[in-house]
Amino acid sequence: MDADKVFKALGDATRRKLLDLLYEKNGQTLGELCGHLDMARQSATQHLGILEEANLVTTLRRGREKLHFINPVPLHEVYERWVRKFERERLSLLHDLKTELEGE
Amino acid sequence: MSAEKLTFVYVTYIVSTPEKVFEAITRPEIARRYWAHENRSDWKPGSTWEHVGAEGSAKVMGNVIECTPPTRLVISWASPASFSDPAKHSRVTFDVTSYDGGMVRLTVTHDELETGSAMAAGISKGWPIVLSSLKSFLETGEPLNVFAKPKEAA
Repeated sequence: MDADKVFKALGDATRRKLLDLLYEKNGQTLGELCGHLDMARQSATQHLGILEEANLVTTLRRGREKLHFINPVPLHEVYERWVRKFERERLSLLHDLKTELEGE
Repeated sequence: MSAEKLTFVYVTYIVSTPEKVFEAITRPEIARRYWAHENRSDWKPGSTWEHVGAEGSAKVMGNVIECTPPTRLVISWASPASFSDPAKHSRVTFDVTSYDGGMVRLTVTHDELETGSAMAAGISKGWPIVLSSLKSFLETGEPLNVFAKPKEAA
């Protein structure tokens, strides 16, 4: 899988929002997704295209509808390659510290 | 799609052949290595199949709905406690498609899942790591630890 495409796809707030929306409710139409975004269908289509290209979103046709599904498999691969590998203990300590300082 | 049933679709591209990917799902001695479980069945439509952990008990059971090696496998999916009630079975479809460059696209569609069920929560955590492990195993010979949990969740 092309990690460049995954990072590029994630490097945009709208596309991350689209992934969050699909995480909350999987299998949405373009119309449903646009309802949550202040955005023209055409721009949303472009963003979804980039997410699909990165294999972060996949689509299924159900009758006349095209449904969008989040595909977290590439995220898991990036996590394995770029997070788990490096100093997991220390990252965890930093995370705990941040959580404590921010009072969460 | 009815409102109360959930669908998940997982896709991964693997440098391998359809035959190897199909065998990795259906042959216990291979599945054990990257999934830490075996899928046991004769894979004939109508037969049962069992997802068996290292200690030997079935974690998931179901029926074989369709088996067309090496491109398509459709099975029903239920906890052993729910196996006798077909209404509680969800469905898993494996589609294996050849791509240019010696690549295979594996799509796992898990549908007919009850919204909010423990099974839906479990599989949505499980499939990404199992498929990553399968990819890693077929491409490099090294599986991932499928029991690993995110540190932050501890």
